[in-house]
Amino acid sequence: MKINGVSIPLPAPVSLVELLEQQGYPTTRIAVEKNGEIVPKGAYETTVIADDDVLEIVSFVGGG
Amino acid sequence: MAQITLNGKPLYTAAATLLELKRQFPNRTDVVIYNGFQTDQDFPLQDGDVVALIQKGIMPSQDELESLMCARHTPEVHQKVKAAKVAIAGLGGLGSNVAVLLARTGVGHLFLVDFDIVEPSNLNRQSYYISHLGMEKTIAMRQQIEQINPFLEVVTQTVRVTEENAAALFQGYDVVCEAFDNPVAKATLVNALLEQCPQVKLVSASGMAGYASSNEIRTTQKFQNLYVCGDLHNEAKAGNGLMAPRVTICAAHQANMILRLLLGIEKE
Repeated sequence: MKINGVSIPLPAPVSLVELLEQQGYPTTRIAVEKNGEIVPKGAYETTVIADDDVLEIVSFVGGG
Repeated sequence: MAQITLNGKPLYTAAATLLELKRQFPNRTDVVIYNGFQTDQDFPLQDGDVVALIQKGIMPSQDELESLMCARHTPEVHQKVKAAKVAIAGLGGLGSNVAVLLARTGVGHLFLVDFDIVEPSNLNRQSYYISHLGMEKTIAMRQQIEQINPFLEVVTQTVRVTEENAAALFQGYDVVCEAFDNPVAKATLVNALLEQCPQVKLVSASGMAGYASSNEIRTTQKFQNLYVCGDLHNEAKAGNGLMAPRVTICAAHQANMILRLLLGIEKE
């Protein structure tokens, strides 16, 4: 699978929330698209990521 | 005879050129603006031309003022932005500056949302004055916009934006500017609108603290309906404060992306 264009090996499907944790993304400060569709915040635990999925993740840092 | 617009009013003129027209109005010759371009050269006048003749130091009548204020806008651009509706979520360093830029651009309807009041530490980067201290930011910004461009419709709401009220607040806007300071609030608004308002385009910001190179601040289309302005990594933290130059650069990136979207250009 790919996150922001970078290939990441995925031996078995995982939930999005597990993957985000493994990759060090703070779930309260991001927005995620899976294969071009926004993943609702409430669906992070039930969304399963397989090896052919493509994720785009936007991370927000503080300041404004 | 050409049918032109002079200082906002239709005019049939026998003048064949701009300088001939100018000679017919000898008491207003300081500034000549021809189709959005200030010039002292001559141009042949054609049907549809938009001309402004301005005398410095003279306060024009209210109905003439609007046409003179927008004389430097490219005419068809001005008509599009005047019909547009933009919401700004957060009136801090980003949102206050975005609001001022969009008001100068002539965006016809602005919806300003912030829960806070102006306090002294805001003044290092936010578009407020000493006279605004203690005032709700929505009210302070409305006052400024009235002084910059009184011909806009400004709607304000002093409220904290949450996951629950975001869609109801911003539904129906062409473009929403995410201009919060707190990263969780940023993500909450972005997710709520992307999930619940699929027709809204969002222009967000992330990473503009400190005094790293201006050139690291960019506009990127991250998702179909999400643009992010900033360097994406310089967060506000102890030892890396928010300062006027980079915050204002980032706000200007947001304002220009909003303008592009209003003109139908989706490319970042």
